[in-house]
Amino acid sequence: MNIVEKILARASGKASLAPDDVVFADVDKIMVHDVSGPGVLKVFDKLKKQGIPVDKLWDPAKVWVAEDHFVPSAEKVSAENIVKLSNFTKKYGIEKHFKYGMGQYGICHTLSHEEAMVIPGDVYVGGDSHTNTTGALGAFACGLGHTDIAYVLLNGRIWFKVPETDYFKLNGRLPEHVMAKDLILKIIGDIGTDGGNYRAMQFGGTGIDEMSVEGRLTLCNMTTEAGAKNGIVEADQKTVDYLASRGATNARIFKGDDDATYANVFEYEASEVEPLVAKPFSPQNVTVVREAPSVELDKSYIGSCTGAKYEDLEAAAKVLKGRQVRIRTEILPASISIYKRAMENGLLSVFLNSGATVGPPTCGACCGAHMGVLAKDEICISTTNRNFPGRMGHVESQTYLSSSMVAAASAVTGKITDPRDLQ
Amino acid sequence: MKGNVIKYEIDNIDTDVIIPGQYLKVHDYAELATHAMEGLDPHFHSKVKSGDFVLAGKNFGCGSSREHAPIALSCSGVKAVLALSFARIFYRNSVDGAFLLPIEIEEHAYKSISEGDELDIDISANQIRNNTKNQTYKMKPFSEIIGKIIAAGGLFKYKPEQD
Repeated sequence: MNIVEKILARASGKASLAPDDVVFADVDKIMVHDVSGPGVLKVFDKLKKQGIPVDKLWDPAKVWVAEDHFVPSAEKVSAENIVKLSNFTKKYGIEKHFKYGMGQYGICHTLSHEEAMVIPGDVYVGGDSHTNTTGALGAFACGLGHTDIAYVLLNGRIWFKVPETDYFKLNGRLPEHVMAKDLILKIIGDIGTDGGNYRAMQFGGTGIDEMSVEGRLTLCNMTTEAGAKNGIVEADQKTVDYLASRGATNARIFKGDDDATYANVFEYEASEVEPLVAKPFSPQNVTVVREAPSVELDKSYIGSCTGAKYEDLEAAAKVLKGRQVRIRTEILPASISIYKRAMENGLLSVFLNSGATVGPPTCGACCGAHMGVLAKDEICISTTNRNFPGRMGHVESQTYLSSSMVAAASAVTGKITDPRDLQ
Repeated sequence: MKGNVIKYEIDNIDTDVIIPGQYLKVHDYAELATHAMEGLDPHFHSKVKSGDFVLAGKNFGCGSSREHAPIALSCSGVKAVLALSFARIFYRNSVDGAFLLPIEIEEHAYKSISEGDELDIDISANQIRNNTKNQTYKMKPFSEIIGKIIAAGGLFKYKPEQD
């Protein structure tokens, strides 16, 4: 069996599993945020009317809650959703609730690893499509909708069809100026936004061994844009050390057997990967930065679970140091602990001195909700994950997806720029 | 199940156009319905009738896990989406929440069916009858688990231990 089959077999009490088997798997951790939480409460209301009891969760200790999409609240509906979320955690006795304005908080997929909410070997589900991110720790991590999340909250388990696994092998270390974001854009450009649909995408090879945990998180994060059920990297010493530094020491490490089967194996030579962008209006619309259209950008956005982890900010700071931005540039660290580290290590000074604005962690602009949405005809380069029509604001705005290094270099020139070409 | 078709000859219709991100904070189902398909077709809300079917190309519903997407369509009156293929979370949300039927069809049916055609869908026979064009198409049968959840009326009514 491969790692995905092993984790699902463990969680469903089966000796072995193969693709297309359907199981009910016990869930180890579950996350809801300020969009899926109120959505789940609507489902609970519906269930109550049908006579299904919703007074007690299966295990409040396995549930954790993030406030990320609509914080800081821009208007009263969002503010009320945050109140609903607080009432929810109080009512059901959920202790792990990361609140905006109260110490560590941030984007759920960042907290999942920074706060070691998930450990290797877990079956982890979240009420958000980018839950896939945390598979980078060697867990089965999968996004679900409100009904499924409500089902898990009440029953502790959920059905899965065991996915076929595609294996993406990276040979060698990615060159300087090339980030994990470039690799995952390349992969999505190759397989398309439905290339991973219903499937698991596993990453391995010497390039992944050498890659940081944060880089692996970026890869797994955007398996969602290929439609994948989950992204996964087998845990290694780096994963264990990373989690130990975040206070978790109880990993269950699963590795695929020598005779594990994969539906497809894709090989990439790290030395051949270049800085890339995905043009509007699809993450699969990928081109090398040096061949990107010469458009006048209005904004550079460095934020989100995909592109505002500490290493993303560090890479952007390297580019922005001693330079000035020519377009509106917004940098939003993905969590308060990243924000703090960026402050302590001088990154915030670099950003502010370059003319960029630094904001609080939020999903706001990434999903076109608030905190910096785009106007009609505006063009943005962004470290986020999607660029569908209207994703970041007006339906006639445009978003180019890139690494933080490319977004920073483009902020300096006002055009889509390869960081290697900066003077 | 009888209804008329609203056709979008487009692949990869994503959740950002089915229900734009600014409405994620909304959990009132009737209000969500008024914004269904707003990012793609601002006239959708005024033209959709109860019982209608939406027809589209491949990878319908890709993007976010927002259950708002099948909710907005379902509360607009849409009983089924017919597409060449579906993104996994949209598919699963549609079935587990019993909002609408995601029906996979073949290229031939996709090309043949026009906007406004009246279809009669028989999921027990895996058959789609086009009353307007006097044609019949096959639909891809639901997998075993999906068929059972649909028959039960959603995940919460499905009792796996009775299998």
